Formats: sequence, C-alpha cells, structure tokens
Amino acid sequence: MSNMKYFTSGLIKNNPSFVLVLGTCPALAVTTAAMNGVGMGMASTFVLVCSNLLVALLKNVIPDKVRIAAFIVVIATFVTIVDLVMKAYTPDLYKTLGIFIPLIVVNCIILGRAEAFAQKNKVHHAVLDGLGMGLGFTLALTIMGGIREILGNGSIFDIRLMSQEAKTILIFILPPGAFLTYGYLIAIMNRIKSRYNI
Amino acid sequence: MELIKIVILALIVNNVVLAQFLGICPFLGVSNKVQTSLGMGAAVIFVMALANLVTYLIQFYVLNPLNIQFMQTITFILVIAFLVQVVEIILKKSAPSLYQALGIYLPLITTNCAVLGIAILAVQKDYNLITSVIYSSATAAGFTLALVLMAGIREQLELTGIPKGMKGFPISLITAGLLSLAFMGFANLV
Repeated sequence: MSNMKYFTSGLIKNNPSFVLVLGTCPALAVTTAAMNGVGMGMASTFVLVCSNLLVALLKNVIPDKVRIAAFIVVIATFVTIVDLVMKAYTPDLYKTLGIFIPLIVVNCIILGRAEAFAQKNKVHHAVLDGLGMGLGFTLALTIMGGIREILGNGSIFDIRLMSQEAKTILIFILPPGAFLTYGYLIAIMNRIKSRYNI
Repeated sequence: MELIKIVILALIVNNVVLAQFLGICPFLGVSNKVQTSLGMGAAVIFVMALANLVTYLIQFYVLNPLNIQFMQTITFILVIAFLVQVVEIILKKSAPSLYQALGIYLPLITTNCAVLGIAILAVQKDYNLITSVIYSSATAAGFTLALVLMAGIREQLELTGIPKGMKGFPISLITAGLLSLAFMGFANLV
C-alpha cells in the first residue's frame, strides 16, 4: 500500500502539467484534439517509465559527473524506439504529432524525474513514479485536448457533438486557444488546491 | 527573394514560440525583465545558428551516407549539448564580459526544445546549408522578439492587481495567448 503513494502523487497532487508546469511545449502544441493528447501522453509515459527503470538500475554505475549526459542518451534511445514504432504502426498519429515525437527527448518532465527521483530511489519505486507522472501528463493532455476539441471543432474523440453547420469557436484549435485553455486550467487547479488544501 | 521570405516567415508569421510552441519553458521562465530576456535571446541566436550549421553537416556527411538516419535524435541532442559546453568554455576564456552577461542562460539552452526542433525541421525542409543557417538565425531572432515583448508586458503586469489564483503561470499563459492572437494578424503577410 505504501508503494501506491509513488504512483498517485504524479496523477493529481504533483501533476506535471497543471502543478509542476513542466513539459509545456507538447502540452500546448499537440492538444488540438483529445486523441492527440492521449497519443502524446502514452508515448511520453512509455519513455518516462523505461528511462526511470534504466536510470534506477544503473544508478550505481553512472559516474556522478557525466550523469546528465548519460540520462540524455538513455532517454534519446527510448525516444528513438517510440519514434520508429509509431511511424510503423500509427502513421496518422505520427504525422499529426510530427516534430514533437523526437522532441520528447527535451521534455523536462523526463530528465527531471531521472535527476530528481529515479537516480536516488529503488527500482520499483522509480517505475511507479514514472507511471504515475506519465499518466498524470496523459490525463492533463487529454483534458486540454478534449476542451479544445469540443470548443473549436464541436466533437470529442472524433465523435460529433454538434451538427456540421454549427458555429464553433475556431480560435481554440489555433495556437492562441492553447495558451488560453492552459492558463485557465492552471488557474482552476490553483483554486482547487487552495480550497481543499491538497 | 526566397531568403527574405524565409526570414519573414520564421521571424513573424510562424513565430517559433507563439505559433509553433517551441521553447516555451525559457519563454515563461526568463521573461521577467527586458534586460535578462535580451541576454537569453542573444545566447539562443548564437547557439541556434551554430547548432544548425553543425547538425546540417552531420546529417548530410555522416548520417545520410551511412544510411543511419534513425540515429538523428540521439546524435543531434548530444551535438547540441556538446556545442553548448564548448561555447561556454570558449566564451569564458576569450570573451569574459560576454560570458558574464549570458551567465546561467548558456547551459539552460541545452534543454531549449527550439534548438533541437529547428535543427530537425531544417533537415525535414530540405534547406541547403546557407538557407538552413539563415532560417535558424531568423527563428532565434523571432524567439528573442517574443521574449522581449513578453518581458515588457510582464514588467507592467507586476504593477497591476491580479486575482490570487491567476498569479504566476496562468496570467503569463493568457498574456501569451493574447500575444499569439495579435501575431495571427500577420498570417497573410507573405
């Protein structure tokens, strides 16, 4: 049971997108639709879990002075795996996410968790932490994608909620909408946190 | 003519921060004061032009001939991290005053996703060497432009009353949203 706290911390209390505000670039760029949010979140979760696992396993082997470089090589390896797998099996999603798949390498959540958590903790804790953080990130991206898709396109997960002719607020699937949605979501999260003392 | 078009597109129309969402972390993190954002901008222009030059050469003289394009992500990020270190050491010895001015912003650039993103984009767009370097410099200048504009606005924002929950990131993001909205006006410029 005590292990569960490593998993749940990343989901809401320390949600990487809404509370820690890390990994903002993909959160803003790919969330034009809920499905893209899920895809990006899953890809990042995979990289996060694998890199946390490997970093925790190698923590006694990696010399302290070159640890950041070593972490980046570990992360870049898994990003390349995700890149090739997505190119082969989900070509449409791969095309939509585009440049942001290789850019998972510089997602500060992943390097941040390797540096702040995985290199100091037990292997199974590191995996749980990676999973929690990754799913928290996926959750945040899906919520953002969902809001933007409903307001900007009148649908969610490609299921239409409004008729084809209904006017939607187009600005929400354009770049400004990303900033506005994200800003208001963090503000709401701040409010909830101060209200319920999470 | 083609080059001017690329510069205007990279600088304003497809602004790297406000339209392409690259380099948001430093954009939100270092845009408190106009002075520091100018320093950060200068460092980014320098590193980005250099990084694009080197990654271009690596892509076309190492990765393509050996047919190992899948190594792109790993090589590029290592090259960028290496370059930032080299630039830091050289500046420390040869131009200490500039080094002092750039200060902590240099090492931070390694994790600026705009540097890696633009290096990969330049390869995808099939630019030649000169175009690639001009494209990256213009993009970095666009980054500086957005950063300085944002810093100017935030300096004013500090003097106004903002609801408690909106302080910090939320108000910055909403400001960025409005800036991005303004930049959309340039959409049909070229």
